[in-house]
Amino acid sequence: MTDASVVSLRGLSKVFPRGGVTALQDIDLEIERGEFVSLIGPSGCGKSTLLRVVGDIVEPSAGEAIVNGKPARRARLDRDYGIVFQAPVLYDWRTVAKNISLPLEMLGWSRARRAERVQEMLDLVELTGFEGYHPWQLSGGMQQRVSIARALSFSPALLLMDEPFGALDEMTRERLNMELLRIWRETGSTVVFVTHSISEAVFLSTRAVVMSPRPGRITSVVPIDLAQPRTNATREQPRFFELVTQVRELLHMTGADEIVEPALAPEEGLE
Amino acid sequence: MSVLATPGAPRGRVAERARYWLPAIVVFALGLAAWQWLLPDVLHVESFLLPRFSDVLGALRDERSALARGAWITFKEAFGGFVIGSGVAFLSALVLARWRPFGNALMPYMIAANAIPIIAFAPITNAWFGILSPWSKITIAAVLCFFPVLVNTLRGLTSVDPESIELMRSYAARESSVFRRVRIPNSLPYVFTALKVASVLAMIGAVVGDYFGGSTQALGVVILSSVALSHYEVAWAAILVASVLGLAFYASISLVERYVVGWHPSVTRRAS
Amino acid sequence: MAVRRLLQRVLVFFLVLGGLWAVWEGYKWLWERTGWTRPFRVNDYTLPHLHEILLQLGEPTSTGDDLWLYLLHAALFTARAAAVGFLFGALIGFGLGVALSQFDVLRRGFMPYVVASQTIPILALAPIVVRGLGSVSIRGEPPPDWLRVSVIAVYLTFFPVTVNTLRGLQSADPLALELMHSYAARGSTVLWKLRVPSALPFIFTALKVAATASVVGAIIGEAPASIQQGLGGAIINFNQYYVLEPTNLWATNLYAAALGIAFFLAVVLAEKLVVRRAPERLV
Repeated sequence: MTDASVVSLRGLSKVFPRGGVTALQDIDLEIERGEFVSLIGPSGCGKSTLLRVVGDIVEPSAGEAIVNGKPARRARLDRDYGIVFQAPVLYDWRTVAKNISLPLEMLGWSRARRAERVQEMLDLVELTGFEGYHPWQLSGGMQQRVSIARALSFSPALLLMDEPFGALDEMTRERLNMELLRIWRETGSTVVFVTHSISEAVFLSTRAVVMSPRPGRITSVVPIDLAQPRTNATREQPRFFELVTQVRELLHMTGADEIVEPALAPEEGLE
Repeated sequence: MSVLATPGAPRGRVAERARYWLPAIVVFALGLAAWQWLLPDVLHVESFLLPRFSDVLGALRDERSALARGAWITFKEAFGGFVIGSGVAFLSALVLARWRPFGNALMPYMIAANAIPIIAFAPITNAWFGILSPWSKITIAAVLCFFPVLVNTLRGLTSVDPESIELMRSYAARESSVFRRVRIPNSLPYVFTALKVASVLAMIGAVVGDYFGGSTQALGVVILSSVALSHYEVAWAAILVASVLGLAFYASISLVERYVVGWHPSVTRRAS
Repeated sequence: MAVRRLLQRVLVFFLVLGGLWAVWEGYKWLWERTGWTRPFRVNDYTLPHLHEILLQLGEPTSTGDDLWLYLLHAALFTARAAAVGFLFGALIGFGLGVALSQFDVLRRGFMPYVVASQTIPILALAPIVVRGLGSVSIRGEPPPDWLRVSVIAVYLTFFPVTVNTLRGLQSADPLALELMHSYAARGSTVLWKLRVPSALPFIFTALKVAATASVVGAIIGEAPASIQQGLGGAIINFNQYYVLEPTNLWATNLYAAALGIAFFLAVVLAEKLVVRRAPERLV
């Protein structure tokens, strides 16, 4: 484990007692500061469980999880990470502003400081002016942006995301991908991103961790060497298609056939 | 088509509203007419079953002070029972939600207990507190309110979606914080649904509780004694008063609901 | 494993019963010891021992039968009135719900009153209705007592069933409706094959409420009209002589509670059979 490691997983295993399912087996992974790591695999490969172990929402059966140089539990108690789920999980009885300030209230921030930070966050996710709205008045994409704003409101070093754009349509998804990359650059945080979509994983991350099910394990890790910053043009580069194919083949090798295929046909792009 | 502009938006909306409510208004008028003429004169419904509407109105006017007094007494009994029953139920729900295994094990029993005819216990509460005491009716009303409020509040407190709880765990929130910030606000729509039901039950408990004996001025006793003396118009007038009282109680809770739970999509959609 | 779960359930059942017994006797012991008068004075008159109540069931009554048998007859009388009323009320409510769902004008005309009627203390009408029906003659004779009482149960059942039937019929998944439309299905087919099955959970919720209400209605209907044969009559009777033998009244209430719970469980069982999936947590 180097000083630059934000997440260090050693020999991690998780067996769920009910049903005896081995969700994770012998996971070894190091994530360095500033990386954008995606976890991709079919249902049952344990990627969501892995995310939750990092966040100390699920306890591992064996092995260790070190987050920000401390045991995962300590990292959670110290609020070292923010988490975004597939559902926005916003509270209907709070306005957008109060939803974002929820963790800040719990940290005991003063009203003035909270208000200032909420404004910063709204600007960051480009929802300025929506402070007084209620969640159900916003579209799915906007709700997710509020969810991201909330997760980042206390400037955590680590951002955990569990298929945050899975419930959105393709166009909103691509736009939010770009926004997420911008936010990642501006805040300098480390991101662990769970997804079903190969193209999303390749487009967003610096490294893609391919997982397979039964038992859940890491098949291989693919470094994504596409140029930064990534733009819409990145999606049309030959290297992009090579990487997508590489990831897809890794997934098929382990018998995983339920992956979302990218919408574009790659053949024409390859020389 | 005339060149002149069609009537402005407000006029159009009023007409639309009126057309929507027309059938209900018609039914109301027909019902009233049936009460006044069809039933007594055409169908020869005996006056003890349903006196003519005008007779009932007459009794209402003649006995208005007695009825008003009865309404006040009965309302105090109902309201007291409502507050006590709902309050205890809410606190019990908090306890049962906090210590889940306990709550889960007891749930089926609470639901079954809800099926017990509580009003049948009125004579016993009379034995406890004395027939003339309001406390016997307040107890009946309170017990009637208790289970619906308990079951519904518990449902509201525990039907939080698991990702919400995971989010709170990620904030290292204490259990009491989770309750305060998530479970209780989430339960409020359920609580108010239950409170509306409870208001109705409390009124019924107070009025019908009196059928087993109560203060001579309470509405239930007025109904019973009027029936015994064959003064059916007075009995119906008293029932009318009880109904209006019940409706008013229910409506006021609805109003409070709109204020407290105004954020809930179901409420805002209703308002628009 | 299912056996283990069953044993657990049985264990919890006896624990709960035991707990209630302990609370009752404990409360009685403590209040009598200290002589507290709040909320009420405790003695054998206001709070008899549970075992005394149970023992009383073996005692003979003025009718010659032992108490438990006497109360059983009374319970069956009340049960018949409640059940008949419940069934008729459910049928009428269902029919009315279907009619209102099909004809928009009818619905707009009647719904406000159906909803408003839920807040009216219908139970308050019980004495008038039951007594009044006693003077009505059907083919020269007044209707039998239990039938008069069952009218209350009809009334208490059909409003919630109507409201919930309507809500349930309207709750059909819009996509499923479109599918039916693509099959060029007739209105009645859509009604019976899609809307009614969608409405069943709602209807059963109403039936569970109505089951309890029917029993309450039957008891209340009997009481002021002095119909002797049912539990309501027994309550009035034993209430009059409460000072002489309080346990009689308590025993009657025990039967009334059992009757209410039995009706409720019957509906739960019916739901399990008809809907053929777990009723969501019994409510």
